[in-house]
Amino acid sequence: MSSEVHSGQVLGAQQATAAVAVHDGDGHAHHHHQSFITKYIFSQDHKIISRQFLITGMIWAMIGGFFSVIFRLQLGFPDKSFPFLETIFGHWAAGGHISPELYYQLVTMHGTIMIFFVLTAGLSGTFSNFLIPLQLGARDMASPFLNMLSYWFFFIASVIMISSLFIQTGPSEAGWTAYPPLSALREASEGSKTGMDLWLISMAVFVVSQLLAGLNYISTILNMRTKGMSMTRMPLTIWALFFTAVLGVLSFPVLLSGFILLLFDRNLGTSFYLSDIYIAGHALPNQGGSPILYEHLFWFLGHPEVYIVMLPGMGITSDMLATHSRKPIFGYLAMVGSLFAIASLSFLVWAHHMFVSGMNPFLGAFFVLFTLLIAVPSSVKVFNWIATIWKGNIQYTVPALFSIGFVSIFISGGLTGIWLGNSALDLHLHDTYFVIAHFHLVMGIAAFFGMFAGLYHWFPKMFGRYMNNTLGYIHFWVTFIGAYLMFWPMHYEGLAGMPRRYYEYSADALAIYHRFQGLNEFISVVAILVFAVQLMFVFNFFYSIFKGRPVKDPNPWKANTLEWTTPIHVGHGNWPGEIPEVHRWPYDYSKNGIDFIPQTVPVSPAEEETFVEPVKTPQ
Amino acid sequence: MSGFFVVIVLLLLFIIVVQIAKASEYVAILKGEKKTQEQNNRLHSTLMLVFLIAGLIGLYVCHELLKDKLLPVAASVQGVAIDHMMTVTLVITGIVFFITQILLFVFAYKYRGREGHQASYYHENSKIEFFWTAIPALTMTILVAIGLKHWFTITSAAPPNAMVVEVTGKQFNWMFRYPGKDGVLGKKDYRLIDEGKFNPLGQVWSDPYNHDDVVSSELHLVVGKPVKLEIGSRDVIHDVGLPYFRLKMDAVPGVPTTLWFTPKYTTAEMAKMTGDPNFVYKLVCDQLCGAGHYSMVANIIVQTQQEFDQWLASQKSQYELAKEGGAIPSDSTGVAMLPVKARQSTISVK
Repeated sequence: MSSEVHSGQVLGAQQATAAVAVHDGDGHAHHHHQSFITKYIFSQDHKIISRQFLITGMIWAMIGGFFSVIFRLQLGFPDKSFPFLETIFGHWAAGGHISPELYYQLVTMHGTIMIFFVLTAGLSGTFSNFLIPLQLGARDMASPFLNMLSYWFFFIASVIMISSLFIQTGPSEAGWTAYPPLSALREASEGSKTGMDLWLISMAVFVVSQLLAGLNYISTILNMRTKGMSMTRMPLTIWALFFTAVLGVLSFPVLLSGFILLLFDRNLGTSFYLSDIYIAGHALPNQGGSPILYEHLFWFLGHPEVYIVMLPGMGITSDMLATHSRKPIFGYLAMVGSLFAIASLSFLVWAHHMFVSGMNPFLGAFFVLFTLLIAVPSSVKVFNWIATIWKGNIQYTVPALFSIGFVSIFISGGLTGIWLGNSALDLHLHDTYFVIAHFHLVMGIAAFFGMFAGLYHWFPKMFGRYMNNTLGYIHFWVTFIGAYLMFWPMHYEGLAGMPRRYYEYSADALAIYHRFQGLNEFISVVAILVFAVQLMFVFNFFYSIFKGRPVKDPNPWKANTLEWTTPIHVGHGNWPGEIPEVHRWPYDYSKNGIDFIPQTVPVSPAEEETFVEPVKTPQ
Repeated sequence: MSGFFVVIVLLLLFIIVVQIAKASEYVAILKGEKKTQEQNNRLHSTLMLVFLIAGLIGLYVCHELLKDKLLPVAASVQGVAIDHMMTVTLVITGIVFFITQILLFVFAYKYRGREGHQASYYHENSKIEFFWTAIPALTMTILVAIGLKHWFTITSAAPPNAMVVEVTGKQFNWMFRYPGKDGVLGKKDYRLIDEGKFNPLGQVWSDPYNHDDVVSSELHLVVGKPVKLEIGSRDVIHDVGLPYFRLKMDAVPGVPTTLWFTPKYTTAEMAKMTGDPNFVYKLVCDQLCGAGHYSMVANIIVQTQQEFDQWLASQKSQYELAKEGGAIPSDSTGVAMLPVKARQSTISVK
């Protein structure tokens, strides 16, 4: 095929230059003599840091997933005793039944871990670090040192959070949103004692990590693109990671301030969030504060956070659908524009989490408007994804499956956002299982699908080996079907007003919800199955690092982006020779009958005649 | 022991799956990459179509199984409006759901990779892009308009004839205070709260409006009569969740909130409509408030005006209870029991 010859020639030419240029004094020769510690532990290489984020994230995901299995056991089988729980949790699960405190601690930790430690640090940390330099043609991040610090701050945050699991009063049980006064008053619950301080300190350190990382991502994207890589020639994954970083940098500081004030209220006797409280037999002196202030500060991050979790998946899915359908992404500029619109709007919708908080209803009206507006760029994205596979030639690889799954799940979970964002409906649906179904689909499962698509796709680049395909296919189908089986019926529970975060529904007063016991059991069984398949994925991941089929073709997916122009085992500095120059956008698939034309291939005059260059030339 | 066997069986199953997966990798190498990819394209594109069909059947089955478990008809005037709006939203989002999902999976099947085929280099069409931006924008405008109309109606000021009930949440139950004959709720100060002295809400006994206020653990409402709930909390944030009435509002310490609605059916009527003689409306806490959150449920009794008046007349006011319990010396106004600082701020409490 002509294209293979074409790209092969380019690669060959590069490797030839590489051979000449290895010792060209590019300043990287001395990196070859690194000790184990500087190479793998305190590494400043973006590829190692990305793997550190990835593996730490995976460990967290297993912990977070395991916690959900435990509390699903409680919800599915409230009357059954599981002696192994007592073995693990001791008196917190006396007689094989977890206590309400433990239940709420597990729920809180599940949310915190999944949203922050897995889908923020694990997801952005992995792909931003790995892809930004490789896809933009940079030797490393703008500041490798800050980059290393960002991982180690994340690591410290992880250690503090883990340690809170082992203290006598247990970790925080105030939910991942940690609303005061529940989170502010030690008398309010066991988890509000030392566990809450550790939670807040861990999160504060986590914010530092995210800021260091985000500033680095932004400056790298803006400043370190290779020759010819104009912003409008960047792959959509990079655009998405860029907006993700911007969101984080602008919103995490607000969260930090909210947490610091909460720490003050807890430990220094201030009254930012406290007023008129009588608890544990005495009236507190605090007056004049408002918990609603905390809610505003929290959700000012909390909502952009949803998009911090979502955007990387959207970007990855866009690139996966194009690459594996062998077709350009449909509406590139609309895709960038909609990412920008979503990112901007995400700052104007935070109070849609607070329609029933007691906030002024007139203010709520603006948040309804902006929230439903987000549906416009979101639907543009969905239509563009569908149009991308239209008339494609879809190669059913594992990443292709996960990205098609992403679109399906994103539609299902996204549409219910239109329900919840409309304040009048939220009056009924707020804090019911409807919300659980909505956000698990749209930002839980979908974000994970984006992550999985990316991992299966870039695994060969990361480790020089393939993951096992068959296990990948099983992983996809079980997770995909399982996701719908778990979360679709939950909408019905929510419509029936079933409140979330209930330890059990067996009280006579809650007789109306006894009818869902069979369903809860079913959901729990599916959840355990899906969790087991994720363990299989983890096995596949680690097994394949060492024993997977070795990659022989430097461009196994026949992709156009720059990372595939590096050697199979990428060294420090990424390209052995000069950094390649970019001549076109990354989506020239099936152009003029050529399967794919990498970004490094110059545009031939003949091409220009038959085709209008889809991207504007750089200014 | 059975747990042990389960683990063994699972491990064996896992090993078998891994072995098959490894074997299939070798088979794939033998067959050649191209041929294997062809086969995978056929298999998984077919599975996509099967998933679509099975999924659509599944939606139907799920609905048939669960539709009877939903709530009975909305029990408040506001709830009826919300249910109506929900139906409109369901229809609109439902249409989008079916169109997009069906297109996605049909395309996924139809445009599977086939030998000798090539994708089309088609990536722009400003006309169609304009339409699929404009149509969602228009649809959203309609939904926002409907939503805000209901929102402003529901959150408007309560009608002047509304009865007032004060709702206070605490870990982990609810307290309801009725203004009594004078129709006015007496003053409160949280520093006066003392469960042992029959004052769970911190009522200021020197305020005569407090003397006929009734405190109950049940919420009694009058059918057809608007009720304004004045909501507060003693300790952490709770939420007054009213699933049967399709409403809710947070109970926030230090920040009073309100919610008003008009109950439509008495408890007895609803019992008849649902065919459940033991039917009782419930108020559930909808905001995580600590380890007992799940047990914070109260009964709501909707009755006729006559029944309500009878019930209220039969209740002793909290003031009387406190007096009987010896918590209020006959000559004291209550203010004397406050520390000096609190006494000053009591005066400023309206």
